[in-house]
This record gives sequence, C-alpha cells and structure tokens, in this order.
Amino acid sequence: MAMILTFAEQRDGKLRRASLEVVSEARRLAGALGATVTAVVIGPGTESLAGELAAYGADRVQAFDDAALGAYATEAYARALAQAIADAKASVVLVPFTAMGKDLAPRVAARVGAGLASDCVGLSAAGGKLVARRPLYAGKAYATVEWAGDPQMATLRPNVFPLGTPDTSRKAEVVKASVDASSRAKVVAVRATAQGKVQLTEAQIIVSGGRGLKGPEHFPLVEALAEAMGAAVGASRAVVDAGWVDHQMQVGQTGKTVSPSLYVACGISGAIQHLAGMSSSKVIVAINKDADAPIFKVADYGILGDVFELLPKLTEAVRAYFASRG
Amino acid sequence: MKIVVCVKQVPDTETRVRIAASGSAISEADVANWIVSPYDEFAIEEALRIKEAKGGEVVVVTVGPERAQAALRTGLAMGADSAVHVRDAALDATDTLGTARALAAAVRRLAPFDLVLCGQQGVGGDNSQVPGMLAELLDLPQVTVAVKIEIGDGKATIEREIEGGRETWETPLPAVVSAQKGLNEPRYASLKGIMAAKKKTIQALDLAGLGLDALAVAPKVTVTAVELPPARPAVRMIEGDPQAQAAELIRLLHEEAKVI
Repeated sequence: MAMILTFAEQRDGKLRRASLEVVSEARRLAGALGATVTAVVIGPGTESLAGELAAYGADRVQAFDDAALGAYATEAYARALAQAIADAKASVVLVPFTAMGKDLAPRVAARVGAGLASDCVGLSAAGGKLVARRPLYAGKAYATVEWAGDPQMATLRPNVFPLGTPDTSRKAEVVKASVDASSRAKVVAVRATAQGKVQLTEAQIIVSGGRGLKGPEHFPLVEALAEAMGAAVGASRAVVDAGWVDHQMQVGQTGKTVSPSLYVACGISGAIQHLAGMSSSKVIVAINKDADAPIFKVADYGILGDVFELLPKLTEAVRAYFASRG
Repeated sequence: MKIVVCVKQVPDTETRVRIAASGSAISEADVANWIVSPYDEFAIEEALRIKEAKGGEVVVVTVGPERAQAALRTGLAMGADSAVHVRDAALDATDTLGTARALAAAVRRLAPFDLVLCGQQGVGGDNSQVPGMLAELLDLPQVTVAVKIEIGDGKATIEREIEGGRETWETPLPAVVSAQKGLNEPRYASLKGIMAAKKKTIQALDLAGLGLDALAVAPKVTVTAVELPPARPAVRMIEGDPQAQAAELIRLLHEEAKVI
C-alpha cells in the first residue's frame, strides 16, 4: 500500500500546530491515494506524541526517540527523515513550511533524489498522483505543480490547511527507530526575540502599519490595536527599510507572505510587493487617507481617514467589543 | 578565505506579473528589468565584507540563460574577483534539484574554498531550496536564513531566524550559508567597480563541461499551469465620523465577514 509520510515538528516535546495541519492533510489525501499515513517524530520523549498524531490521522508513528536528537540539527534530522522515507518506501512526503521544515526538506530531497514543491497552499490527488498549488512571486501568481516520480515531496504553508477533527479513539502503531545523531553544524544557543507574541505566519489576525504613520514613535498605535485584537504585528517594506521596526515584521516580497483570516492595513498605500504578500488574506481592511491608494483595490472594507484619529477609536471599540463578549 | 557566492537573476520586485502564452510560465517579455535576487545581494555583500576583513577572493556563480550574465556583472561590479556562468539549453526546464546539481558541479571545480554563500530564497520561484540541496550534494554542513555571520578560525558562528527568535549555530568551514534580509546593507556598485567588472573574466560552462548529462538535470517537479490570483471583490467604504466608522467596521467584521 502506498505510504504518505509526514514530518511532525516538535520543539520541547510539543507538536507545532503546523505539524498537525500536515497530518490532517495527509489523512484527507490518504483516501484518494489509497495510502496509509506515517508521522515521523524526532527527539527525546517523542513516543508520547503518538496519541495526538493518531488522533489527527496517523496510522503509524515512527519515533526517533533519542536524547542526542534533542536540539534541531539539519544533518542528523535529514538522515533520520531520509531513512524513514526509504524504510516506508514513501510515495508522498509532507513537511510543514516552518523555519525548521524549510531548512530540513531541501536537504532531504537532495539526499533521496525527490522533487520538492515549496510552500504549497493546496494539494489534491488524481490517479495516484499529487497535484499542488503554490504561490510564485510571493503571491503575484499561482503555479500548478506535478511530480515526475516518487517520492513526491512538498512543504505546506502553515495556517492554510485546516486541522482535522481529532478522533481520540484512533490508535497508531508506534515504531521506534534510531539514526546516527551527529551533525557538523550545531545549535549552541536559542534566544527568543518575540516571546509570547503571535507569529506573523501563524496568526489568524494581522495588523500592519506603513508610512502613513509618519514615524516610528507612532507605531505603538498599530501595536495597541494588534494587542486588543490578539493579532500579530506586520509592517510594510518602506517602514522596515526606514528602520522603524525589525525586518522580521515585513509583509510582502522580500518579507513574509501571509494568509490570515483578517488583515488590517493601517497607513499602507499598497505597493505591489506588499500586495503580493497579503492579498490571499481572507478579509482585508484598509485604513488610508488617500482614496487612490492601491490598497483599496484588494480591500474588502475601506476607511478613508486619518490613522491618528481612527486607530485610537478603533482600539477602544475593539476592546469594548471583546470585553462585552467576555 | 575563498568564498563562492551563488546568485540568481530574477525579475525586479516591482514587476507586474503577466502570464506567458504557454500558460505555464510568466511572460518574460513583460519583465522590464532583471536584477540579482535581493537575498543574493546580501550574500555578495557579506562575502565582500569577509574578504575585506580577512583577505582572499570572491567568486560569483550562476545557473541561467544568456541574460543571467548581467547578474554576474553586477556581482563583479560590487567587487567579486571572478565569475562562473553555467548555461545549457537542458537547464531551461530544470527544477531546483537540477539547478543545485549543476551548481554543485560548478562549485566543486572551485575547490578548495572556505565558504559557499547563497541568498535564502530566489525571489519569484520562492522555493528556498537550492542552498540546502547544494549543501547535501557537496556533503557540507549548512546554516540557512542567516542574519549574522562571524568567521573564526576554520569555523563560523551564525545567527539564524526561527519563529519568534534566533538560534546561534556553530559550524566548521567549509559550509553552505544562506543570507536573510537583515544580514547587512548591500553596497551599490561604484562607477569604478562597473568599469573594472568589464575587464574581469566570466568562465562559461555547459553541462558537458561539468561532467553532467541532461538526465541529471531532468526536472522531478514540473509547473503545468500558472495563473494570476483570483480578483478580489470591490471594496466597501465605511462612512461616518471615526467613532461611527470604528463601530460599523466591528459590526461588519463580526456579523458579515465573521472573522471576529
């Protein structure tokens, strides 16, 4: 029987949501491909994650349960995943397009000679073959992609593929595996730069600010609205290049491509590079004082006005709204 | 230090993308301006800074059609010492793995080297695959998405971005490192640099010259169609004073869009 293999990323013994999205998608594809689903987990104590992976759709969990694999290291993880692909004779390999997956998948693809499609936002199966949809030019265009042979390998954009409904009665066969855990390049320290904050690429709501805010001293207006909405904070390239905020907050080409349910653009005119990175958001709100700003061409709701007047009122109203809903 | 920098020529990020008549690529005729992929500029700049601090040489390498030579000239004008252009009709339809195989063969010919730098992503294809594939094919350690690189004695200390934080990595050299925005501020080529670049050599290599055949670069992934994103519905402007606009927006987001 054909095998779909998924890489289940964990950090500190916790599965990332993106890992569960990937297992959920593998489960959906399994029927069409007549396949079973194996989730691969790497690191100490990972055997205990098997229940959660089974609930979301894994039939089998292969655990490289080894203290020496505690910290992510590209070479050792690539060796493990490549070995799992060979063991399972996997025809499809799905990896979350997270910082870890983005680093790991290409090395594995080269190792096993697989074709790899990055940052997929849609997958389907036809005649036993996978078909993927993925953005080009940060979303200015979309490509349909097919593979010439197995293994068909893809990384999946976080926050796009819906989580399945977990079924705790599902059980997975747990297989232990081991691998040479050595790596030349190693992580020696990890530092949080945005602890507790919502990540741009995983956020359901993003509030972004641009040059209309006139200076970095006014950026807290955007941050306050974001906090009130439980949103991540984004920025246009103009304000990143001007040094107002860190480049990790940049949305668009040469920054992050995002697809939240709600994107609120404050004082962002909508340069083509920015629109590319956010126009696949489900709902877009634009607040700008220039009626001709291109951002209004992609927005669902527009407010023609001054961000300095509007943002404090909106923040206040959002707080009141959430407070009233408890 | 001998540093190899892999670059890709891409459409300017200002480009308004149109679809080619084939329906499976963007229209190159509508690309007004080709540039060095912005992330590759960070890689070139970092290589030049390391060379300025430690001495050595910088070689820029690209895989691409005739027009890609301009990207190498840009690298040379910024200060790279020499360039290698891998071009072959068989590479026109290749994928990331084929590109990485051709690059790996070209880079191997430049051994011994201390460091291979790439951009973390080629703007446009947005695959972020070649650096990791190259590292595997060259059997070298890799550190991707680097925002800080410190070169030590036979090793490097590198900071890379992860969700909500930064990791510090240590790797022996040679290694493959990919550059992220934030690593540095790339210089502009000076007029003197542009003039000097005209005299520097660009070595051209085809697949046979690299000891590869067309089969080695046959694509495993093929783009069968490219389309523009679906048009979005017209905007609905919210009127009134700021207080009323704020209240109406929240009502619409809750009742109509159902996103809060």
